[in-house]
Amino acid sequence: MNAVYILWLRQLKRYARSRPRMAASLAQPLLFLFALGFGLGPIFQKAGHGSYIQFISPGVIGMTVLFNSMFSGIELIWDRQFGFLKETLVAPVSRLSIMIGRTLGGATTALIQGVIVMAVCALAGFRIQNLSLLPVALLFMALIATTFTALGTGIASLLTDFQGFQLVMNLLVMPAFFLSGALFPLSEAPVPIQLIARIDPLSFGVDGLRTALIGVAHFGIPTDLAVLAVFTAVFLGFGGYLFSRIQL
Amino acid sequence: MSPSVSRWISVLKTEPDRLVFGVIWARDLTRNFGAVSAVQGISFEVAKGEIFAFLGPNGAGKTTTIKMLTTLLRPTSGRVELDGLDPVTHQQETRKRFGIVFQDSSIDDELTAYENMDFHGVLYKVPRRVRAARIEELLNLFELWDRRDHQVKNFSGGMRRRLEIARGFLHTPKILFLDEPTLGLDPQTRNQLWSHVKRLNETEDVTVFLTTHYMEEAERVAHRTAIMDHGRIIAQGSSAELKRQTGTDSLEEAFLALTGTSIREEEGGSIVRMRRIAKLFRR
Repeated sequence: MNAVYILWLRQLKRYARSRPRMAASLAQPLLFLFALGFGLGPIFQKAGHGSYIQFISPGVIGMTVLFNSMFSGIELIWDRQFGFLKETLVAPVSRLSIMIGRTLGGATTALIQGVIVMAVCALAGFRIQNLSLLPVALLFMALIATTFTALGTGIASLLTDFQGFQLVMNLLVMPAFFLSGALFPLSEAPVPIQLIARIDPLSFGVDGLRTALIGVAHFGIPTDLAVLAVFTAVFLGFGGYLFSRIQL
Repeated sequence: MSPSVSRWISVLKTEPDRLVFGVIWARDLTRNFGAVSAVQGISFEVAKGEIFAFLGPNGAGKTTTIKMLTTLLRPTSGRVELDGLDPVTHQQETRKRFGIVFQDSSIDDELTAYENMDFHGVLYKVPRRVRAARIEELLNLFELWDRRDHQVKNFSGGMRRRLEIARGFLHTPKILFLDEPTLGLDPQTRNQLWSHVKRLNETEDVTVFLTTHYMEEAERVAHRTAIMDHGRIIAQGSSAELKRQTGTDSLEEAFLALTGTSIREEEGGSIVRMRRIAKLFRR
């Protein structure tokens, strides 16, 4: 238990100390929010869907959590390269508690980034419809964060250097984001995209967030919650398994 | 009969003058990587409180041996015991009993010296109060207490090394493994490091198992030395014994007499090349 806590704490300390990373990881969601929110906003409105800022803010928040949690998971490669991983792997602590501690720590930092972006969205004109559903939104952010940190950790367990990192970003993270309905309503999208969205954990995360924050649902909260919980459990198992197989 | 008793008896029969109460014990230890045999049936024993050095050229199998002793690698065949425990079957229990300083850094640069120590203490379940006192004691001994709240990324190579060795002692291990701990350090720092290690070896009765390819280091620090080459132990004993066996005046000559003077071709980066150049200058 203490091991889980100290690994969680370490991730948070590293996060708090890397201000440039914090700033850099805010830049991208803000770009999407402003360029798309204000650029495509008038067209979206003309098409009769209402405010685009309202619509994409949950998507941008979901994207922030996705990118940051995936990055936190992948950070394992750094620990391997700089040798710190060995310190944890030779300690008299189970691999599982190390993996859980790392994952919860990474997920927490991703959640914090998501909350910061939510505040920035509010400054840009985003209005939460029902404040009493905010805890539900936070729950969805936490689930997205845990799912993708665990996935990132699992993938990073297989990679020994940074070469594969770009591949993961291009083949996994970007599609997960763009095909999730974070930027457009899935109900209007062509069938293939709708089908792909159904195997993308982020679709359910963003849909849950959007329902909780602005009351617009595609799958509906019960489905979102159930599917995302299954994804979280599966990826935790997957990440834990691959992490336990790391050889030094 | 318990395995340890039968082991003592068999050891006493074959080698009556051996240290039967060894805290590290290895018999016919072998590790193959595919067709390559990195360690080929080595046997040795280290007594409690002893400083034992593995001396050998690059690629001799020193690090592979350390990995097998410290639960990081399973032996292909042969047996190991650490403080009476088999690292293969009692991984967690064995890990509590040793500390290890790896060949390359394993500290978190973003954390401070104190945080790195504290992290280690929590992982090894050192109780909070003991932990604080022990960290202070060790950081003082290794002259890092004044810098305890500095992030390690601002530390020099020597300071990092000191911190890693201090950390290795934190959970009062019975055995400390040091894998080429002084690589790349200047003579002053090396000197200072060894005097700290020797002091803790004496005051806390820690067994020290080290690998090095600095002959003078093995000669000065270790009670006994095993010379390893091509995955085998080719000689072991005190440096006086090794010199007598080879009829040479220094451990360096004994080492060259045993391992030959040809430079080992091994994949490696600039450090390996620098070592070779340094070796040529020393001639």
